[in-house]
Amino acid sequence: MSLLGFFEWLRNTGGSVGIRESILFYPIVESSHVLSLALFLGMIATLDLRLLGVGLRGVPVSETADRLLPWAFAGFAVMVITGLLLFYSTPVRAYQNIFFRVKMVGIALAGVNALYFHKTIYRRVLDWDNDPVPPRRAKVAGAASLFLWSVVVVCGRMQAYNWFD
Amino acid sequence: MDLYPLFEWLESTTIALAVRDSLWLFPVIECMHLLALSMLGGSLLVVDLRLMGFGLKSQSVSHLARQAHPWMVGSLVMMISTGIPLFLSETIKCYYSPPFWYKMGFLAIATIFAFTVRRKVTAGEEKRLQGALTAVVSLGLWFAVGFSGRWIAFY
Repeated sequence: MSLLGFFEWLRNTGGSVGIRESILFYPIVESSHVLSLALFLGMIATLDLRLLGVGLRGVPVSETADRLLPWAFAGFAVMVITGLLLFYSTPVRAYQNIFFRVKMVGIALAGVNALYFHKTIYRRVLDWDNDPVPPRRAKVAGAASLFLWSVVVVCGRMQAYNWFD
Repeated sequence: MDLYPLFEWLESTTIALAVRDSLWLFPVIECMHLLALSMLGGSLLVVDLRLMGFGLKSQSVSHLARQAHPWMVGSLVMMISTGIPLFLSETIKCYYSPPFWYKMGFLAIATIFAFTVRRKVTAGEEKRLQGALTAVVSLGLWFAVGFSGRWIAFY
């Protein structure tokens, strides 16, 4: 079965119809998805601004990462759970929407960027922990993170429109 | 006082017409509104988490609050300046939307709280219970603003 065929089947399952037609559940899931952005991206952006040397310059980078990333992960968990529920409610519409596809690519790239950062320059963070302005490679990772997550947010919002379907 | 005539007039202003007549202006402003929300969330949470004893614990509250303040003000300014054209483009819908009025009420209280009580608590001597309480009220108020804001689309 093709991916589209699977999503067409998924759309007609009881849960999918139930969420789609609910009066309260859908708005609650949707609102939780949007509001957890303030937690998830708020924490990520704070770390990114520290990496760029424009925010929290007096706080060690490792402390910023260690103390804020768990909150970012908590926000991310809510985003993924609510996001999956939203996708489940309209799988075919999402799958065929260009913004949704770009959003998924954006999330993947943001993940790769974060992983690469942690496996490379961040391994030697103790060498530059207290620098008000971190080394160039850390700055690039912070800027890339801000850019990619912004693309994800914008595409998520634009998914409401089917301009290019 | 009935605000309906005012709202009706607002919807006929140049900005309102420009946003309504454009296919992409409303979504683009919406996106900026959401990006500003993330920044506002970050600048509030860094301080409020600290007030509750989480997050950047080795930093003093006043030090963090001083650094987060310009970001909070900046993102608040961006939220309001993007929110106004969004509102202008559909004032009559907002007039009949209960969540809109809740949002405006919570927004007023949250903003006043941020620049009075919270400002004073974060600048002063650290008291654990007072700090935690301030943070809970702050986050609760801003959560109510965001939550009712999202519901303008539904009711």
